Amino acid sequence: MEGEFRQARWAAGRDILEPTLFELSHGDGYYRFRVEPELLEELGVDSPEELVPENLMRRDLRLPSLAAPEVARHFSRLAEMNYGVDSGSYWLGSCTMKYNPKLHERLAALPQVTRLHPYQPEETVQGALQIMFELAEMLAKLTGLPHYTLQPAAGAHGEFTGALMIRAYHEDRGESQRDEMLIPVSAHGSNFASAAMAGFKVVKIPSDERGRVDMAALREAVGERTAGMMLTNPNTLGLFETEILDIADLVHGAGGLIYYDGANLNAILGRVLLSDMGVDVAHLNLHKTFSAPHGSGGPGAGAVGVVDGLKDFLPVPLVRRGENGYYLDYSVPKTIGRVRAFYGNFGVVVKAWAYLKRLGSEGVRAVSGAAVLNANYVLSKVRRLRGVSIQYGAEDPCKHEFVISLKTLRRETGVRALDIAKRLLDLGVHPPTMYFPLIVEEALMIEPTESDSKRELDRYVAALERALREAYEDPDILKTAPRSTAVGRLDEVLAARKPILSWRMYERLQEQA
Amino acid sequence: MRGKDSGGREAVRPVTGLIPNWDEETIEEMLGEMGVGSVEELFRDVPELALLRESPDIGEGGDEVSVEAEAEKILGRNLGAWNLKCFMGGGSWDHYVPALVDEVSGKQEFYTAYTPYQPEISQGSLQALFEYQSLICELTGMEAANSSLYDWSTALGEAARMALRVTRRRVLVVPRSAHPERLEVLRTYVGPHAEIREINFDRSRGTVPLDRIEEAVDEDTAMVYLEYPNFFGVAEEPVEGAADAVHRAGGLMVVGVDPSALGVLRAPGEMGADIVVGEGQPLGLYMSYGGPYLGIFATRAEPRLIRQLPGRVIGMTRTADGRRGYVMTLQTREQHIRQERATSNITTNEALMAIRAAVYLALLGPSGMRTLGEKILANSHYLQRRISEIPGLSAPRFDSFHFKEFLVSAESVDWRAAVRRLVERGILIGPWVGRWFPELGDSVLIATTERHSKADLDALVAALGEVK
Ligand SMILES: Cc1ncc(COP(=O)(O)O)c(C=O)c1O
Repeated sequence: MEGEFRQARWAAGRDILEPTLFELSHGDGYYRFRVEPELLEELGVDSPEELVPENLMRRDLRLPSLAAPEVARHFSRLAEMNYGVDSGSYWLGSCTMKYNPKLHERLAALPQVTRLHPYQPEETVQGALQIMFELAEMLAKLTGLPHYTLQPAAGAHGEFTGALMIRAYHEDRGESQRDEMLIPVSAHGSNFASAAMAGFKVVKIPSDERGRVDMAALREAVGERTAGMMLTNPNTLGLFETEILDIADLVHGAGGLIYYDGANLNAILGRVLLSDMGVDVAHLNLHKTFSAPHGSGGPGAGAVGVVDGLKDFLPVPLVRRGENGYYLDYSVPKTIGRVRAFYGNFGVVVKAWAYLKRLGSEGVRAVSGAAVLNANYVLSKVRRLRGVSIQYGAEDPCKHEFVISLKTLRRETGVRALDIAKRLLDLGVHPPTMYFPLIVEEALMIEPTESDSKRELDRYVAALERALREAYEDPDILKTAPRSTAVGRLDEVLAARKPILSWRMYERLQEQA
Repeated sequence: MRGKDSGGREAVRPVTGLIPNWDEETIEEMLGEMGVGSVEELFRDVPELALLRESPDIGEGGDEVSVEAEAEKILGRNLGAWNLKCFMGGGSWDHYVPALVDEVSGKQEFYTAYTPYQPEISQGSLQALFEYQSLICELTGMEAANSSLYDWSTALGEAARMALRVTRRRVLVVPRSAHPERLEVLRTYVGPHAEIREINFDRSRGTVPLDRIEEAVDEDTAMVYLEYPNFFGVAEEPVEGAADAVHRAGGLMVVGVDPSALGVLRAPGEMGADIVVGEGQPLGLYMSYGGPYLGIFATRAEPRLIRQLPGRVIGMTRTADGRRGYVMTLQTREQHIRQERATSNITTNEALMAIRAAVYLALLGPSGMRTLGEKILANSHYLQRRISEIPGLSAPRFDSFHFKEFLVSAESVDWRAAVRRLVERGILIGPWVGRWFPELGDSVLIATTERHSKADLDALVAALGEVK
């Protein structure tokens, strides 16, 4: 199928798509809240300004001034220059860009969700606490980890929480010399950063030629200083760590704990319990596996589950059910404290709850079945394309995603993975994740999810095939791609060398020039 | 489903309408093209020991109708600001959310998109986030901002970590008058490697006295932190003095803000702040039982600060042929490149909330932000006066200038019980602050926003008179 795709391109001028709010500004303000005159009379002032001490008074406020229709149009035009999951397929590996069921948006927008204050008396928020409790309960069943906190705001926040709990656990046992966290080189960057933030020294474990944890290297690495190991399974190559039980034994044997990064849970939902893989603590990304939308970068939610031995270290408060209903329990004996004010991203929690209610036991297994089926189907077609190779695990089925290498293509044509990605934009599909994991040269990481139909899978493969063919026939098309998007390739080096991070900084530069 | 059907294969029943390929026929067709016998075969690399034969029992799935009905039934047990008048404060407030904010954040192009990794097809969210950064800079008087952190508390945690990195020192000077949960998060974030010097507030004024700050600051000080307004609703007055003191000692001044005050109160950037953190919830976000919120993070434009920013930052740049565009920038600070040496682990942030805040600030503009502050001030000062007229109650408890919230105290009132009696009268107040401050056990926090009319305030005053 060879269609044509064009993204909207608003053009206010030759060089500007849509002016900034600051350029659109005129007048000195349109929106007003009305102060009731009776109040001022009662207070004996002419203007509320008189209530502010002289030394605290605001003198100038350079916000742009626009009327409501102008603001509405501005953001509509911007939206038209953005691509979402409802625009078309969006196979960003590791990100699980599945469809976001609209019912969940409607539920999360109910006043019974949005207009609850976090410090309301517990008896007035029984519904909210019940949703949190039930989600935790369902997640516990799906993972085999009995205790959950919903406080972390995202996956990386959950990693930090888990890493702190691991540290607290060892300190509690008088083993604070355990200061090393083992992490496979193929791991997501946030794993390393979270471990370091929690005070660990990071020890990187290489991959073997099958793309799995190198067992010999792991055996070398574990020891008295091992606090734990952070793993995702399937790993970031989309491959199941077949030695997972031995890995867990090895780490446990050395006195360490297993942290599981739940970013890839979509592959094994309803099919493997984390507890059966020896996992002690895990985060789940409610915005990946559990269908909450990604919001152009957030909000997400990072539920963290633990085995019995770690439950006393969970952040406070925890939602519990007592004789008189649900309540917030602050009496967790060895808690690591708080990682966030209040109780987490409740608005996101509601969406994950609704998703699991909708799927039920049967549905969760269909999710992982279809996600893995789709990925393998696409892999079976893509691996045959010229220029594509599979650097690791070529013999094995992939799980919910797979990583191809375009090093052959690059060698033969000079075209890079980046160029292919940019060309895919022209062909109407969102490109895969690029250059991750770092151990694969010219990597493209492809995750179709369970949301796309066979027809869409075929369409995507056709687009990729065409881009690869063009690389051999007419590489210039790729190097100058994209052309159908609102704007062409942008100078990222310039952006980093001369950072312009606000309109103020821009104006300052203009003045200097 | 329950296990496998007679053919040794998982039985397939279409579920939920969310999974287009999950029917016998399509699966057969796909497996046929792949030359694979069954879906189970695709899981053959999972050790037998770990493979479940059937799904854990989380109950039967429902259709849209039944899930909506169940959700509404459960959530219907809540009471909240839609059927009670909410005068609660303490880090979350029942501000008005203009309809346009919901409209924009409900556009699929924004809410279903991922982080803008492909800038050419994501100019919409990139420009909206650049505008968010720009608007935050104007409001706070700073020059550079990131595109969001999780909330105020984690923004404070990140600011402290950044101050430790930038100054290579180890002492953090913080006021006891800050939100207690934020200080807890700060402790979690910095861990045992930093020393936290907590300064008490003045018992009559509710702010930390400048001389105590000056005393606490020395050559080991990485930062001084103050909130503006603080947990008690008081604008910490000595921000400028504190900034002078910490600058003289070579540390950084970090100020936490409630942005709804900044239409009428001086910008912290004018008072010497090096880093401004804050809670974006008042800027077009709902209370949502505590989240999602929006961590504000802004700094001066000095390279030593910009290069140490946590989180994602959007920058303006150009195409080869000179067109203006936006990209995520300074990425070498971030976890996906710098790994364990990254400035922060944050990945997913609160981008959609930042877009909401951008719409809010664009819509309100200077007149909206000023009148927002003015209405809140008039409401709050009227309320303070009326409550103080009730025999047995005193408001505000502290003798200082308050913005939208303040403590009400009474010797003989058990506030935990009074809060509940007020619910029966259709009113929410709180929290009771004795929970964190034993010496303030006689005090409760009351906040007002632009949602409240004089009639609402009078109703609160009447109800307080009855329950005290
Ligand atoms: C494998 C992996 N781990 C961790 C994360 C971090 O999760 P989050 O973005 O929710 O913080 C991500 C996603 O960005 C990921 O892909």
